[in-house]
Amino acid sequence: MGSDPKRIAALIGNPNTGKTTLFNALSGLRQRVGNYPGVTVETKKGQMCCGGQTFELIDLPGTYSLSPRSPDEMVAVDVILGRQQGEARPDVVISIVDASNLERNLYLTTQVLELGVPVVVALNMIDVATAQGIRIDTERLSRQLGVPVVAIQANKKKGLEALREAICRAASGAALASQESARGTNAAPLATHRPPFPEVFECAIHQLHRELGEDIPEYLLRRLVLDVGGWTEQRLVAQFGEGIRQKAQEVRQRLAQAGCPVPAVEARARYGWIREVTAGCIQRPAQRAVTWTDRIDRVLTHKVWGTLIFLTLMFLVFQAIFTWARPIMKVISDGKDALAELLRGQLPPGPFTALLLDGVLEGVGAVVVFLPQILILFAFLAVLEDCGYMARAAFLMDKLMARCGLSGKSFIPLLSSMACAVPGILATRVIENRRDRLATILVAPLMSCSARLPVYILLIGTFLTGPGFARWLPGLVMFAMYAIGLVLAPLMALVLKRTLLRGQTPVFVLEMPLYKVPSPRLVLRRMLDSGWAFLRRAGTLILASMVVVWALLYFPRGGGPEQPPYDVRIAAMQKELDDLKDQGRAGGVNSPVNEQGRAEGVNSPVNEQGRAGGVNPPVEPGEQGVSPPRLFYQLLEGKEQQINECIAEWKRQSYLGRMGKAIEPAVRPLGWDWKIGMAALASFPAREVVIGTLGIIYSTGKQDSDEIRNAANVADTLLARRMKEARWDDDPTRPVFTIPTALSLMVFFALCCQCASTLAVIWRETHSWRWPAFTFTYMTVLAYLGALVVYQIGRLLGG
Amino acid sequence: MSRERKSSFAPWRTNMPSLDQLRPGQCGRIAALTGNDGLVQRLMEMGLLEGEEVEVLALAPLGDPLEIRLGDSRLSLRRSEAARIHVSLS
Repeated sequence: MGSDPKRIAALIGNPNTGKTTLFNALSGLRQRVGNYPGVTVETKKGQMCCGGQTFELIDLPGTYSLSPRSPDEMVAVDVILGRQQGEARPDVVISIVDASNLERNLYLTTQVLELGVPVVVALNMIDVATAQGIRIDTERLSRQLGVPVVAIQANKKKGLEALREAICRAASGAALASQESARGTNAAPLATHRPPFPEVFECAIHQLHRELGEDIPEYLLRRLVLDVGGWTEQRLVAQFGEGIRQKAQEVRQRLAQAGCPVPAVEARARYGWIREVTAGCIQRPAQRAVTWTDRIDRVLTHKVWGTLIFLTLMFLVFQAIFTWARPIMKVISDGKDALAELLRGQLPPGPFTALLLDGVLEGVGAVVVFLPQILILFAFLAVLEDCGYMARAAFLMDKLMARCGLSGKSFIPLLSSMACAVPGILATRVIENRRDRLATILVAPLMSCSARLPVYILLIGTFLTGPGFARWLPGLVMFAMYAIGLVLAPLMALVLKRTLLRGQTPVFVLEMPLYKVPSPRLVLRRMLDSGWAFLRRAGTLILASMVVVWALLYFPRGGGPEQPPYDVRIAAMQKELDDLKDQGRAGGVNSPVNEQGRAEGVNSPVNEQGRAGGVNPPVEPGEQGVSPPRLFYQLLEGKEQQINECIAEWKRQSYLGRMGKAIEPAVRPLGWDWKIGMAALASFPAREVVIGTLGIIYSTGKQDSDEIRNAANVADTLLARRMKEARWDDDPTRPVFTIPTALSLMVFFALCCQCASTLAVIWRETHSWRWPAFTFTYMTVLAYLGALVVYQIGRLLGG
Repeated sequence: MSRERKSSFAPWRTNMPSLDQLRPGQCGRIAALTGNDGLVQRLMEMGLLEGEEVEVLALAPLGDPLEIRLGDSRLSLRRSEAARIHVSLS
């Protein structure tokens, strides 16, 4: 970048006009996402070169009108007026319009013309218009509008050179005009043509302008009067006091008396002018041609066929994130384990290695493992969005979602959340209304995601399957767990929309764009963007939470004057075990495998003696050929058992274990002992971690959730057996896990938000700590109450 | 804020149907918009102005919302919104 101040260009347009495609085509690969405090919309920024100059190109959110009703909608106005903090005023605004729907698109352009910035109109989709028999005289339109108009085809990269040139000229013309405003008659590209508003209105605006001072842009004053209860009104009232609302009201009354009441006056003035301006520029066929969109829509929005196709598509999307992603996720987690194994051999044991391997590497693995689901979902969403189907999906599902206070646009995010809330929450970006979007984000984690599945499978398989249980019971319980989310999420959305997120129902005027073939480049780009954004923003937070929980489970390391810390002892035992295994492999069958093994074993004779004593006598006499290997395996198993018990002892005295003991009084009414409480605490980063932690506490070694998922018979796994054997500390005759306890644990995990990734994504999407904190709190309360009710009722029924 | 703004004549008294009463395939010319300012403003911004011709194209599976054609664009409106748009049948 040179010493010249960089020129700035802003891109604005209606949704579905190919704005993103044009932005990508103009700025290439160098893009970054920016956001402003207090708003949830993001603006993308890129760099564009034209005529030896570098422009910073800002992609403003797509909108039909610059009449802000929320802080989110205010962003575009503020950026163009140069009132957005940290952002210089654009030198030129590119207004992209859809040539096949010119009048409606020009509405926004007329507003942009009033903002006092040079404007270039990019007339996109000129090919679509031509195919429909619509002819547009670009030059004439340019003369009538008073700004340059360039016909382009953003997806084919046609007309971009001319557009760049026009942008460059408009921007430097503006600079010239401001420098030599006296002479610059033909150089000034500032709009002199604009829609005429009634005289009463213009006078009132001038008066207001004088009263309030010159630093309030005229456009904001126009909005103050035109948008009843709009965001401009709220902002100016905050700045100048209630008096200003009064003044606006007076102007509105004067307008109404003059026969042009407030909201109609603006639309009439603008559309009236647009009709005049375009009159000689557009030629339409006498008979509207039947388009492909007409034909396709006849099927896709059909009551029966449309619904069937929609359901099939949704099943496919769900199936894709639920099952297709699994093998890739498995490769990632296997790769992570292999890497950990490799590094463990290379690095010296100690807290640093443990932090690196069990904290950081596990954390990175936990982040990356979401990528397949996110990428697959976003590939689907990008295709559906780009081809124009998304609006139809919202159309088909709107009534259903309206019953819980949401709109059709919330359907796909919630459905995706049944596979995983993380991509589901990311997918809420299509919802423009802030309250609707927040409500969807906040209830999405209630949908039963795939991370809950291992928990359900373990508990159902262990405690509700087998002799004495009806064969349909496991399926029914599993269904019930899914149903909890399906019932509670809409209910919760309704409650939120009635209380915390109360407000006027947003107007649901949805444009049904023309169908088109999706552009692979755009789809790929959206996939990669969403994946990268997730890694960069949410990833760090997930990683941090994993490291914290690791530390709580790692420290204190125990040990004392006569005993080394737990991790050192475990490492030593592990080494012995590995040596034993190596010898077993090297030694073959015939001979002194176990002799040697035992000799080595003397080094740490803790329970070696007991075991040797118990096992040796019966073996030594009898069958010489068979016993040595069997003895060897028993030795190995004993060693492993010893290690697992040592780990369990370590974790029980860790900070997290102590926390588990501390919260025992709170979880006892749920039928849990402190070990379950501790496992629930440890599962804060991710629900499925609860299985690993239970495995550690019950001394079965690290239990993998995939192992449970893939086990032919869950009840036969070591963890299941240990859980069945578990007894209360203060009453060794009473088993911990009864059916009510298992159910209460399942209900807790169905409803809780033990998922750092979800919370991190909520934080990222709402740009605030409040909403993830709220989600975590309400879901934990809900989970606790649900578990309490289930356990207490279960105990009453079961005695 | 959400005052009902009634236009000078009352279309619902002259048996003028609202858009939600039209069947798919029926066309009409917009005669008046009623409802609160925010709603009317949004509808008008989308081009739903007096004098414009609209055609109901389809109904969603549960009968709501409806898909309409307005000039070169296709829009989806909820029944509650369509009920605010009074049309004269053509």
